[in-house]
Amino acid sequence: MRPPFRVNPHTKNQLHRMRLFTAWLCCAVLLFAGRFAIGSEQNDLIDSLAEELRDRKTVAQAIDTIVSSSSEKKGEWLEFILEGKLYVRKSDNKVVSVVKSDGGFTLSAASNDEALGEAGKRDVSKIKINNKLRAKLRAALAQLALSNPDPEKRLEAVEQMLSKLDDDKAEAISKLSATESDPDVKEMMVLAGSVHALENGSKEEQLSAIASLGVNTRSIVSQRLQVLSESEDADIAAAAAESLEKIQKRISIFEKVETVLFGLSLGSVLAMAAIGLAITFGVMGVINMAHGEMIMLGAYCTWFLQYMIPGFIEYSLIVAIPLAFTVTFLVGMVIEFLVIRHLYGRPLETLLATFGISLLLQQSVRTLVSPQNVPVSNPSWLTGQIHIDPALSIAVNRLVIFFFCIAVFMVLMWLLRRTFFGLKVRAVSQNRQMARAMGAQSSRIDAMTFGLGAGIAGVAGVALSQLTNVGPNMGQAYIVDSFMVVVFGGVGNLWGTLLAGLSLGVANKFLEPWVGAVVAKILVLVFIILFIQRYPRGLFPQRGRAAGN
Amino acid sequence: MMGTLLRGDRGGQVLLTVLAICAVVMPMCNLMLPVEHPWHVSTYQLNLFGKYLCYALLAMSVDLVWGYMGFLSLGHGAFFGLGGYAMGMYLMRQIGDRGVYGNPELPDFMVFLNWESLPWYWWGFDFFPVALIAVFLVPGLLAFIFGWLAFRSRVNGVYLSIISQAMTYALMLAFFRNEFGFGGNNGLTDFKDILGFPISAQGTRVALFVASAVAVIAGYLLCRSIVQSRAGRVVVAIRDAEDRARFLGYRVESYQLLVLVISAMLAGLAGALYVPQVGIINPGEFSPLNSIEIVIWVAIGGRATLYGAVLGALLVSFSKSWFTAVLPDYWIFALGALFVLSTLLLPAGVAGITRRRVTST
Repeated sequence: MRPPFRVNPHTKNQLHRMRLFTAWLCCAVLLFAGRFAIGSEQNDLIDSLAEELRDRKTVAQAIDTIVSSSSEKKGEWLEFILEGKLYVRKSDNKVVSVVKSDGGFTLSAASNDEALGEAGKRDVSKIKINNKLRAKLRAALAQLALSNPDPEKRLEAVEQMLSKLDDDKAEAISKLSATESDPDVKEMMVLAGSVHALENGSKEEQLSAIASLGVNTRSIVSQRLQVLSESEDADIAAAAAESLEKIQKRISIFEKVETVLFGLSLGSVLAMAAIGLAITFGVMGVINMAHGEMIMLGAYCTWFLQYMIPGFIEYSLIVAIPLAFTVTFLVGMVIEFLVIRHLYGRPLETLLATFGISLLLQQSVRTLVSPQNVPVSNPSWLTGQIHIDPALSIAVNRLVIFFFCIAVFMVLMWLLRRTFFGLKVRAVSQNRQMARAMGAQSSRIDAMTFGLGAGIAGVAGVALSQLTNVGPNMGQAYIVDSFMVVVFGGVGNLWGTLLAGLSLGVANKFLEPWVGAVVAKILVLVFIILFIQRYPRGLFPQRGRAAGN
Repeated sequence: MMGTLLRGDRGGQVLLTVLAICAVVMPMCNLMLPVEHPWHVSTYQLNLFGKYLCYALLAMSVDLVWGYMGFLSLGHGAFFGLGGYAMGMYLMRQIGDRGVYGNPELPDFMVFLNWESLPWYWWGFDFFPVALIAVFLVPGLLAFIFGWLAFRSRVNGVYLSIISQAMTYALMLAFFRNEFGFGGNNGLTDFKDILGFPISAQGTRVALFVASAVAVIAGYLLCRSIVQSRAGRVVVAIRDAEDRARFLGYRVESYQLLVLVISAMLAGLAGALYVPQVGIINPGEFSPLNSIEIVIWVAIGGRATLYGAVLGALLVSFSKSWFTAVLPDYWIFALGALFVLSTLLLPAGVAGITRRRVTST
């Protein structure tokens, strides 16, 4: 066991011993007492340096000591010194941080943030530094941030420095980049070096930096290149301008990619909403005006689940999908049983009756739940962005919804193409009389089909609950859109529906920046109306006998 | 002339008689009897009834295309709204410099939006004849374009219905925009005068009521004359067997187009009479729900009878007023149930009940 000792900061040897001691203490305390004690033990360092910090001659040395210490608060201290907020209390040589209040100072201990009350100007003395020391402090702070053990933090630090690089920071970065292990951070550090060279390097350095930066789409690079393109040196100006043009081209391509991705996610929502309608319309020739309300019910299932089991948000969607499907499937079956089958062969009356049902469902939700929107939370795995390039990032939920739509579509295709139920559905949709003659119970098939269409709308509702507000009116907007998608794609053709949904979504998003969201929607509607005039049976018309009548 | 038109149309005879009596008696009860008299009709009631008469005219126009031609229009609210806007624009111009901003050149909302001058499509609306022409022309033109495109490529059935809904939906979105120059969200309101008479005065209200009643009677006779004409019979034939009518050599789309345009003009007239009586027109009139409510009037009253449409419009509108006053939360339930039950249990509407009773006795 080491004897207890008093720190005598004037000898380097003892300092070394102290650091050894703290390291030893670190291990010991980590094992027995948790982290709180380490901080405080190391944080006392600042008070032990009080004398040195007060003296102009030794302050540099003291700062060195702080920099090389392992205290977790050293970043904070260095910043305070730089900002001139660190003082020493004359009465007990305690280092304090200071907030100026009227007349006096409000002190708090630098070591543990303990509030030490008010003090007069004469009770404390400021730790004074000169410009040379300031530069040193900045470099030390940069280095500190750059040597954070967490690569994410390091990346963040370099990114922050990018916009206000100075020689000290650039030097710190270039030193550390040699030993950096994380490839992302290293790349960023090299980038920072190049950006700095663009501004401050010699002609050769600038040219090579322009070349090495290539088509980087960060805004800081464009800014710097913009400055350089107006440079007096013709070579540099030309190189910068050329590089800049390439970068702008690349950014505009990324913008288009982003629009397409946005459009695809909107389109997959449209497609999902429309697929259910396509099934019922294709098989039964019936428009279900309550289809939007099935979407709404699906979304409310999500809300209900989250409301009943609040601690279950992360996985609620996975449970909500089968729940919403079951609920809306049953509701659909009931509607078919009570209303639709009695109106067989009268599609216009069916349209009116199902519209009545949609009013009833909306008003029931308004009465039973609330006329206001209900909150549906997003699980954490659906939030956030995937950064592909500084100029291109994708929201996770939009990506997931796209793939979810594809998955739903695949399951449905399998159901219709590969199962006996699907065979019967297709038979009834192609020729009802003949299918019945062959033993398909068309009334049961109708009920199941209608339920299936409603169920898929419910699943679409779960997806939609992650993108938009969930309220009693949310379904209304989708009936016209879904029908347009079905008609555009060609009735009775699910591939057509999928393609039509996706392409309409993309078209909508491409039009939006030009003409605004509402006009874009009007234009798409008008386009479809005109399209149907020309091709009344849609993009992919059904061929053969089923196309008759 | 009227006799031949109404021959064999008992419902129509009764309806027109009652309407004609109302048109004479109700204004008299309003103007001549003192307020405390039990037979006194208040101006408010008269105004309300006038509003319902506009609905009746609108319902009739829908019956013409749905009952007789088989086109379930979910977009007639668009024609009604356009007629209403045409009238509203005239009424806006009549305000002159009495608006909040006192600008004699521009309506208030344009001043508010910092518009420099009147857009071209507002020109001429200071003059009543121009507005009156627009009331018929604008809905008629829209119906002509829509019908020409749709009928020529033989779009029918639910396709046609949904496209008509999309049409009114698109118009609603458009009219909600401020830059379209029709007052955006708030629409046109704050009217002062019509033809020089103050719009909220008792006499004006009575005149508007009488005008509505006359319009319904005239519209009924017009529809009846169409239905009874050769063209009307061809249209019914198209409804029942479109291909056969075509193979017999009739130009199906021309007949359909003619009827649709006339129907749209009637709807426009209904809108034009409606706006001065309610004092406002806004994009809400274009909402798909409004259009589909018109259809339910016709369904309740009974299709292809014309008088059924009038009856249905009056019945449903009265019950809507009653419900929204007494049980406001349940009106939507009642409306939804009306849709379901009328299609399931009353395929021929109220007119069907009376007709069945007449034939069974």
